[in-house]
Amino acid sequence: MTTHTSKQQALSHLDWLESEAIYILREVAGQCSNPVLLFSGGKDSLCILRLAEKAFRPGRFPFPLMHIDTGHNYKEVIDFRDQRAAELGERLIVRSVEDSMQRGTVVLKSADESRNKHQSVTLLEAIEEFGFDCCIGGARRDEEKARAKERIMSFRDEFGQWDPKNQRPELWNLYNARSHKGENIRAFPISNWTEMDVWQYIEREKLALPSIYFAHQRDVVMRGGSIVPVNVPLVNGDIANPVKAGENILNMQVRFRTVGDISCTAPVLSDADSIEKIVLETATSTITERGATRLDDQTSDASMEQRKKEGYF
Amino acid sequence: MTTNHTPHNDSLLRFMTCGSVDDGKSTLIGRLLFDSKTILADTLTQMSRTSEKRGLSAVDLSLLTDGLQAEREQGITIDVAYRYFSTGTRKYIIADAPGHEQYTRNMVTAASTANLAIILIDARRGVLTQTRRHSYLAHLVGIQHIVVAVNKMDLVNYDQASYDKICADYLAFAKEIGLAQARDIRFIPISALAGDMLVDRLDNMDWYQGETLLEILEKAPAAHTESQEAFRFPVQFVCRPHASADAELHDYRGFMGRIESGEIAVGDAVTVLPNGYQSKVKAIQLGEANLHSAKTEQSVTLLLEDEIDTSRGDMIVKTSEAHEPVKQIDAFVCWLSETPLSTARSYIIRHTTRESKAKVGAIQYKVDVNTLQQQASSDLKMNDIARISFKLAQSLMVDSYSANRATGAFIVIDESTNNTVGAGMIV
Ligand SMILES: Nc1nc2c(ncn2[C@@H]2O[C@H](COP(=O)(O)OP(=O)(O)O)[C@@H](O)[C@H]2O)c(=O)[nH]1
Repeated sequence: MTTHTSKQQALSHLDWLESEAIYILREVAGQCSNPVLLFSGGKDSLCILRLAEKAFRPGRFPFPLMHIDTGHNYKEVIDFRDQRAAELGERLIVRSVEDSMQRGTVVLKSADESRNKHQSVTLLEAIEEFGFDCCIGGARRDEEKARAKERIMSFRDEFGQWDPKNQRPELWNLYNARSHKGENIRAFPISNWTEMDVWQYIEREKLALPSIYFAHQRDVVMRGGSIVPVNVPLVNGDIANPVKAGENILNMQVRFRTVGDISCTAPVLSDADSIEKIVLETATSTITERGATRLDDQTSDASMEQRKKEGYF
Repeated sequence: MTTNHTPHNDSLLRFMTCGSVDDGKSTLIGRLLFDSKTILADTLTQMSRTSEKRGLSAVDLSLLTDGLQAEREQGITIDVAYRYFSTGTRKYIIADAPGHEQYTRNMVTAASTANLAIILIDARRGVLTQTRRHSYLAHLVGIQHIVVAVNKMDLVNYDQASYDKICADYLAFAKEIGLAQARDIRFIPISALAGDMLVDRLDNMDWYQGETLLEILEKAPAAHTESQEAFRFPVQFVCRPHASADAELHDYRGFMGRIESGEIAVGDAVTVLPNGYQSKVKAIQLGEANLHSAKTEQSVTLLLEDEIDTSRGDMIVKTSEAHEPVKQIDAFVCWLSETPLSTARSYIIRHTTRESKAKVGAIQYKVDVNTLQQQASSDLKMNDIARISFKLAQSLMVDSYSANRATGAFIVIDESTNNTVGAGMIV
């Protein structure tokens, strides 16, 4: 395939964003001695895998993939995660919140408490176990207020803490990913992407996604104004989110805009069963991705900031 | 601009806003996001709740750009925030930097990635010391396009004479500092609060015939430079798959990086610096695609005709445009750290993908960012800007910042903390 370029024309926004992300991934590879790519099977991390292919093929990725599994993830996503890692022939490390629970480092307040925020503990344990000096993540600045000032290379201290007052200035494209032993850098190659950019990139690159991103029929109940999936079968055969007494199960056509821990990811009503339709729906959406679907962010204006200080990605 | 997010933004523009506290920066950004329908319903609900809590009658658009809890408590913005909106034809990245005197470093940071700066002036107050400071910094950091937005026109009854006077004052000052000659400067009267001349013209200023702010943004060149620049390709990473079984990959040696300036085509004669090895471009790859040529801002992989030992930190240039590596540089440096510069210590300079130890040769003078006077100085504290010379342990392949923003810039790193403590622009 041959492409001609013309002098005056600037790159399209997707080409520009892609190039920036590839550059960031290569900087991580060039500057860090033991990086890891956090991979959940979700759409943002699937974009990053594609970007990593563009950044490093025909070589292997200069880092393994790692998933911090809450044990409460949708089976479709976990299966997809494994399949994708196998197709790429890259190493996938899985560390689970349930192991941390067994070690006693994670204690749930109640059995149905969201495990999402406890991922931080498991992540820090894994960082220590493998001695990772950099974790590549798929966070974007448009996701949430507290992220608008996030660096592309974000510095975390020995306790994994993000101190907004102690971040390195980032100028030009001169990223500083240096760290001392025990400290850690979080690198965010798609910081400057919006949800729309992600969907457009998925469409352009024809990326495959877990099925739950597309409209499908699902048993749900209404809790506090949100659509909550119930009786969700887990990989280990358990059932998550059992329906509570007195709740009325509805069968609705929904899709997920983000996928994560079952207890905190709600779907939206939708009949978008193709990427094209999702792009259109996103264009006319009136609700932010997290506003609609992340049950854990609604607690307060500043809850993401609080979690990040505690080591969340 | 009724549809936002239609799937085909064909370019991207990065710009920044500069203004003193209360000039209306947050309101302006809020209005751009609001009118481009980037603010979605749930955010708006949250904003109106907060506005109510604070006893405001209307939704305060500046809440949208309100920062972190820590800053909200202090009531000021202390860092650069990035915002996004798109119009269907263009995606925009706004770097929002606070304008307070102490925050020279934030402005420099925001400016380093911007192609256009909106400088806000309060119509009631005219050109102030801060305006000069913002303009000087935008100039220093090499922003090509300056839009002087005279805000709060509603508070001066949309009076043309007030506007004309501010424009004249600004131009006089811009000539003084060499900004007017070197840059594209536009003026526009606006009311960020009422929305005049931002997205819609409204009908309060029929005397203004120029473009609206959004029209200016839509038409500003998106490329990082409009002048022809030399080809500069700092090597980021070398790909050697070592697949001995695969005949095609056996000898594969790909030099990966981002084209920082200029363009390159298959067959071009290149030199690898600092060693000076010469070869020709055999292939240019981007993902699975083989390109005929590639240009500024593309991240690609270059394959050369000859087996050349090249590693991260080297720079590939066109043989006809090769420059001499240097071991001494002269630069304007903005100090970013609370710990002052020490002339006794050595630092690390990161320039493109290359690092070198460096020692300060001399602080020639400091620039007072308010009066633009040069003053002799032996120290450099946070937010200071000075002209400094450095001696380098490793040679670097530099261009002057005014000729090439990517190869004229560097950061200074403190080896003991690993912090980024300075930003340099080579003279
Ligand atoms: N009358 C009027 N008030 C404005 C205008 N732009 C901003 N303001 C008000 O000026 C105050 C400061 O604005 P803000 O956007 O917070 O300024 P910032 O500190 O530069 O971000 C707020 O009360 C705004 O409502 C304008 O065009 N006209």
